[in-house]
Amino acid sequence: MTLSPVFINFTYIISAILFIYGLKMLGHPDTARRGNLLSAIGMFIAIVVTLFAQEIIRFEYIIGAMLAGAIIGALAARLVAMTSMPEMVALFNGSGGAASLLVGWAVLYDELLPSAGSAADGVLGTAGLAAGASTFTLITVILSILIGGVTASGSVIAYAKLAEKMTSAAIVFSGQRIVNSLILLGIVVSAVMFTMDPAIGSTWFWVLLGLSLLLGVMAVIPIGGADMPVVISLLNSYSGLAACAAGFAIENNLLIVAGSTVGAAGIILTNIMCKAMNRSLANVLFSGFGAVKQASKVEGEVKPINVDDAYLILESASSVVFVPGYGMAVAQAQHVVRELGELLEKNGCEVNFAIHPVAGRMPGHMNVLLAEANVPYEQLVEMDDINPRLPNTDVAIVIGANDVVNPAAREDENSPIYGMPIINVDHARTVFVLKRSMGSGFSGVDNPLFFGENTRMLFGDAKQSISGLVAAFKS
Amino acid sequence: MEAVFLSFILMLSIFLGFELISKVPATLHTPLMSGANAISGITVLGALIAAGQDNAAAATWLGATAVMFATINVVGGYMVTDRMLGMFKKKDKGGAA
Repeated sequence: MTLSPVFINFTYIISAILFIYGLKMLGHPDTARRGNLLSAIGMFIAIVVTLFAQEIIRFEYIIGAMLAGAIIGALAARLVAMTSMPEMVALFNGSGGAASLLVGWAVLYDELLPSAGSAADGVLGTAGLAAGASTFTLITVILSILIGGVTASGSVIAYAKLAEKMTSAAIVFSGQRIVNSLILLGIVVSAVMFTMDPAIGSTWFWVLLGLSLLLGVMAVIPIGGADMPVVISLLNSYSGLAACAAGFAIENNLLIVAGSTVGAAGIILTNIMCKAMNRSLANVLFSGFGAVKQASKVEGEVKPINVDDAYLILESASSVVFVPGYGMAVAQAQHVVRELGELLEKNGCEVNFAIHPVAGRMPGHMNVLLAEANVPYEQLVEMDDINPRLPNTDVAIVIGANDVVNPAAREDENSPIYGMPIINVDHARTVFVLKRSMGSGFSGVDNPLFFGENTRMLFGDAKQSISGLVAAFKS
Repeated sequence: MEAVFLSFILMLSIFLGFELISKVPATLHTPLMSGANAISGITVLGALIAAGQDNAAAATWLGATAVMFATINVVGGYMVTDRMLGMFKKKDKGGAA
């Protein structure tokens, strides 16, 4: 049985509405889960009606591939630890990009080889062109291979960096811009040559494919660990744009609508991340971190504190703000932190969590971790809301965060992070900094906070230190 | 004309995307991103057609591989988003792990 193209396209409109409503509902905590479900239903409907399109006459490959993909996807989604979420999202992005690349590639066969299958004017209408591909279609195919390729290889590198399978620091070498410009030039040349003489197995096609993948690698390696939230949201945007380009290649409205909406959403998130670091997108993309200026050397004495003394201070505190960073994720300390928060509340203390927009390795990373540990989301306070309250806060506890609480961003014009909005923990009456040992943060910048008059350093593994505090409260 | 028509749709959708996302609380950035990511798996529709057509074997294989990758993106993306959102709780419901 096949469905008419008109019917299928009308169904696509319903899917598009569900996607749009779903995305909108994802913007509010109360409706987010239903929003996600709506958008999943939209996807399901679209897939089901597409299976009845008249172009599809063989199902054996489809069934196998869908089963394999569904099993891999479901297992990955089920098993991934919340701390590894950034890597997971990077890989999902990458598989979306790879799929768009392959769709573009497959369309080439449709365009350049006459075949029985495309004789009818079908719903995803690449048909009727078999005699020779139009330049427009070729350009869109090239775009989906380019964007899809960059997304796929870039995501793999982002994954490797986040999972620490390779150095998470920025990789910068002299002549990098020249190399990148040559790659871009090579892409343009091979794209033009291929469009002028399109053929299956053309050398120019392989050059184009190879260079696209290479560009993705080159685009991500110069971006260092603390900038990863920007990369992830940017790759998210690319995966949408890749789907959009594939939509042009197969002339499918739904791919264009869904893809470009996701693309725009990703750009907005990227922009939010850049603003939170006071840097332009170009600056994040093209320069490694902090190679330019030498920050003023910080002098001073560090005042360490042990768990028992910290307990005594906390016990008499009436307001405490936790400031988590990537270190909390590494130490897997979110559950003990929640426990300590609850004990403090029982003790009559007001407890909040201050979340910097770029804390962690992806947008909203800390929020997800704390939600996993059952911290109610009303207690998660954004930077701009917590800062005015910090001068009246008894204790600010910094757990594995560094750059986002570094007062040098406010005061030291020579600091590479100067101008970045931070959480002003140094304004609190007392600051505890939980840290494994002395050493600078991800950006390699010295932090004057550690030498502050009201700062006490609680050295050691964050999880153990917090557990110690919890035990002290319980006894 | 088809190109013009598709470009119109593109333009409108981009503006729509910007309008939809402009005000999202930071708490929801991760689920929003992975939820949007799942939607970008829509490319699966193109993959299905490529894999199901009676065409060169190479095209079928490319299509089938694309179906697999896109399905990972779709299924994984929606499930992981749901899992995350399931953890966001309000004060009264929270507490007991």
